[in-house]
Amino acid sequence: MKAKLSRLWWSLMAMIVLCPGFALAAGGGNEAPIVIVADTRKLTGVLAWWANLYNESHLQFMLLTIVLIPVTGVVFGVIADLIMSRIGIDLKSKDLPGH
Amino acid sequence: MEWLYVLMPIAGVKIFWPGLIILGVGVGIIGGFFGMGGAWMVTPGLNILGFPMAFAIGTDIAHMAGKSLISTMRHGKFGNVDYKLGLIMLVGTVVGFEIGAQMVMWLERIGSVEKVVRWIYMALLAGIAWMVFHDVGKRKKLERAAAAKGEVLDDSVQGIDFASKLHKIHIPPMVHLKEAGIYCSAWLPIIVSFLTGWLAGILGIGGGLIRMPALIYLIGCPTHVAVGTDLFEVAISGLYGAATYTWKGRTELVAAMIMLVGAAMGAQVGAVATKYIKGYGIRIAFGLAVVGCAVSIFLKLIKPWLPGYGTLLDNASTTLVLGLVASMSIYIFMRMVAGAKRELAMKKNR
Repeated sequence: MKAKLSRLWWSLMAMIVLCPGFALAAGGGNEAPIVIVADTRKLTGVLAWWANLYNESHLQFMLLTIVLIPVTGVVFGVIADLIMSRIGIDLKSKDLPGH
Repeated sequence: MEWLYVLMPIAGVKIFWPGLIILGVGVGIIGGFFGMGGAWMVTPGLNILGFPMAFAIGTDIAHMAGKSLISTMRHGKFGNVDYKLGLIMLVGTVVGFEIGAQMVMWLERIGSVEKVVRWIYMALLAGIAWMVFHDVGKRKKLERAAAAKGEVLDDSVQGIDFASKLHKIHIPPMVHLKEAGIYCSAWLPIIVSFLTGWLAGILGIGGGLIRMPALIYLIGCPTHVAVGTDLFEVAISGLYGAATYTWKGRTELVAAMIMLVGAAMGAQVGAVATKYIKGYGIRIAFGLAVVGCAVSIFLKLIKPWLPGYGTLLDNASTTLVLGLVASMSIYIFMRMVAGAKRELAMKKNR
């Protein structure tokens, strides 16, 4: 069993060491990545602003995404919590132990 | 019926928005209950609604970060989150995820991303389903053997127990994980999380589908702690995934926000439902969901070999995925309502 576990361990270590090399090799070469541009001609208002932001700066678009996503999640999650605690459900402890 | 469709500003496709909300609620409940982002349902679901695969992956990861965050907070209050284990696993997850995501970009350039992703999905789902039902089958056998002797099998006894063997590998540093009740080498969660993160990056999922069973079967967490800890991981890796996919221009944020409205509320319902269901109950439901998902992907995979039945197979796959999301989420919701009723009745009697 010990020998088997040792083989497993070294196989995993080898995978970890080799994986980045494979991935870099896979992603290497001189080909340019595909760039997708949003078509803003049909858009107006917020959607047009949004698409322009995407076209002009992926960095700003990314920063806005990682702020908006958690905030939206927390706001609607808290609304669900309020509804459930109003019904009378105990939201602080669990009943069932076990595996 | 034009008002039921919204134009996605980046992907440039019109999407049926009530479908996004329904999908969000469904996968929110399932995700909060099983401790995962639910990408294995969302990605094919978004693809079915008309998203290109590359956008479906990024959009899905963005929405899962938001819903998993709120769901982790709920599980944390139930004592289901081992933050130390989650933080250790984060190292391997992030490194593995980035390598996987880079590989997807490469596959996209050579034009085979959809085919490769679906085949990997298929193999993975088959393996996980086998492991879960093998575990449940062995546990049932032990229960029957105990019942024959007039005994009741302890809740802590498991059908499959690889974890205790892995805990015997004492490579320093050793760590004690309090909530999970585990003492093991820190390398165990790091390696497991690297491999699950790498697969998650390739498949474009938060990794919960793989990490939840890995936490149970390889690391040895109780089911409820695996669910909570996994959600903690999904929340952080999902946020990282959302950032990296958005940076690469592959996220449709409007769709993610619409989904998140339903998903955040659904995730809370799913998290509360775990209060009322035993660990093995969660495992069986998880196994059934995995089988359904595997069948739906299989229907997509065999399409090139059966060109005459293309539409039929597409429709069958759509029906199966949406039917699965609906039936599982309704089942979890009903169990949650039944449990809550019992709890309220007990409170009244006190």
